[in-house]
Amino acid sequence: MDLSSINPLLLLASLMVAATPILLAATGELVVERAGVLNLGVEGMMISGSVLGFVAAISTGSPWLGFLVAALGGAGMALVFGILTQFFLSNQVATGLALTLFGLGLASLLGQGYLGVKAPPFPDWHIPLLSDIPVLGPIVFQHDPIVYLGLAIVAGVWWFLSKTRAGLVLRAVGENHEAAHGLGYHVVRTRLLAIMFGGACAGLGGAYLSIVRVPTYADGLTAGAGWIALAIVVFASWKPGRLLLGAYLFGGVTVLQLNLQAAGVAIPVEYLSMSPYIATILVLVIMSASGAPGSLGKTFHAAR
Amino acid sequence: MIALEKRPQPSQVWSLASPVVAVVLTMIAGAGLFAALGQDPVAALIKIFWEPVFGPYNFFYLPQLLIKGAPLVAIALGLSLGFKAGIWNIGAEGQYIIGALCGAGVGLAFYPMEARWLILPLMLVAGALGGFVWAMIPGLLRVKFNTNEILVSLMLVYVAEQLMASMALGLMKNPEGMGFPGSRNLSQYESASTWIDRSYGMHWGVVIALIAVCFAYILFSRHILGFQIKLAGQAPRAAAFSGVSPARLVLFCLGTSGALAGLAGLTEVAGPAGLVSIDFNVGYGFTAIIVAFLGRLHPVGILLAGTLMAITYIGGDVAQSSLGLPGAAIQVFQGMLLFFLLAVDVLTNYRVRIGQRSVA
Repeated sequence: MDLSSINPLLLLASLMVAATPILLAATGELVVERAGVLNLGVEGMMISGSVLGFVAAISTGSPWLGFLVAALGGAGMALVFGILTQFFLSNQVATGLALTLFGLGLASLLGQGYLGVKAPPFPDWHIPLLSDIPVLGPIVFQHDPIVYLGLAIVAGVWWFLSKTRAGLVLRAVGENHEAAHGLGYHVVRTRLLAIMFGGACAGLGGAYLSIVRVPTYADGLTAGAGWIALAIVVFASWKPGRLLLGAYLFGGVTVLQLNLQAAGVAIPVEYLSMSPYIATILVLVIMSASGAPGSLGKTFHAAR
Repeated sequence: MIALEKRPQPSQVWSLASPVVAVVLTMIAGAGLFAALGQDPVAALIKIFWEPVFGPYNFFYLPQLLIKGAPLVAIALGLSLGFKAGIWNIGAEGQYIIGALCGAGVGLAFYPMEARWLILPLMLVAGALGGFVWAMIPGLLRVKFNTNEILVSLMLVYVAEQLMASMALGLMKNPEGMGFPGSRNLSQYESASTWIDRSYGMHWGVVIALIAVCFAYILFSRHILGFQIKLAGQAPRAAAFSGVSPARLVLFCLGTSGALAGLAGLTEVAGPAGLVSIDFNVGYGFTAIIVAFLGRLHPVGILLAGTLMAITYIGGDVAQSSLGLPGAAIQVFQGMLLFFLLAVDVLTNYRVRIGQRSVA
């Protein structure tokens, strides 16, 4: 065992990378849940995004196109969920589970020709001047663009939810859909848009795993990242700022256990690999679900 | 203008018809999927649904029907209790693994002693207990801390998978296995094997699944607890006023489904699977969710749905070996089935009005 081989600077830098896929997926789900919809299909949309993005990136050679395709694919799958829950009034929990089961199957079907293929390179951005700051520069300002895109989306969601009229409408729909409907807001349209945004974010998060983080495709690549994203939304009490904290906390646990594995700590690898999931459970226990949107998970039917 | 109008009561006819309609729609969509994969869609459907049951080699596939159907039915029955009451245990896969590990652990501890009358019952108890305890974690956390049981039970699947890997590579590894991962073969150890008759695919898991169907049927048609479960799902406030304790229901539903999943895991590991290995679990715990819904959360329905799902598993294998259809295609097929079921189910609770708006 050699703990001194763990470089704290690299650890903090890779924490940001490890947190990004969960952050993206969780931000999308946060918007969906603020609109009053519980989509348990995050894992399915994420893994579909990971394979769609990967295939697109390989066949076009452009990681950017890969991310675009993954976002569109995630939104498309979310639309299926949206149509079922909003027009066919199906149970949201069951439909979300169906989306996850379907997505896992779809991913392993589409991905079978791509197992072990290497993703095209996706260079980091060295932000001029800022990346030259000692200590802080390498940790924060030398990442790939998607890391910053993730942060921008969180900031954008915060601004949208708390500062714009459309954000207020979305929150009203999520808190009390009957009242929002009574005021003349389009509950179903708002929710469909939120659901598709959530799907696009989950798709992006999945593609980040396969194109940048791993960077190859393997069956079951997401390994529960979508479910952890759902847990982080609860941890964040449905607030974007705390979401960032939660995602980085989990990124930290993941990176730390990987580093401990590499350093050869006397704890068996399997027990270290459990730690992110156990940490998730602990966090859920400590943060009992308070502040959930009032209409979360309830079916809306306008006719009397 | 097409509008939906809530029925005063769920339609009995559509409740029974919608699984059938969903299966037909899935077959049509599945045919499209197989065609897109470059297969003859009709041939693929025949391979999947006809060949295992009525084909010339059905003597080979029919035992598989029991082997694949038993865990699906047992787990889905347990899940249906909770689903009826709005308690979502989706970590049956984890409870299945832990049941298998506990039961196998007991069996391996006795090796090579021969006493089937003692060892097998002890293993069954250990398997049920293992699954029960694993399901009690989300249960107790929900009751004590109001923690979301969906997320906790699911996280525990990943923990269980890691625990199983650790066991297969460490504590339970076969000392005579020449370094390969995996435990001793329990199905070849007379006192621990759950086989009753291997040539018919008959093992204790099948017996347990059938007994569970009977018990669940009695529970829902004759027992007050079954009524309370239904009441808690359909009208939680009414249930609370009539003195149903939500905490007790949560623990009962999760505990029972955990114990059934654990038994399914144990009977699988000491029978058809034979040994604890790193990839022992094949997703029965997740497919059972589809089985529970397809079976309308009704014991007899679940028995039928479990049989159908077992056929798709076997048919998928047949199509894979004879047509080269990718194994994952069947997983997509099963996922689509649940989608179609949920879509068609709208007709159970709502009626479609076309044309003029209904007067309120």
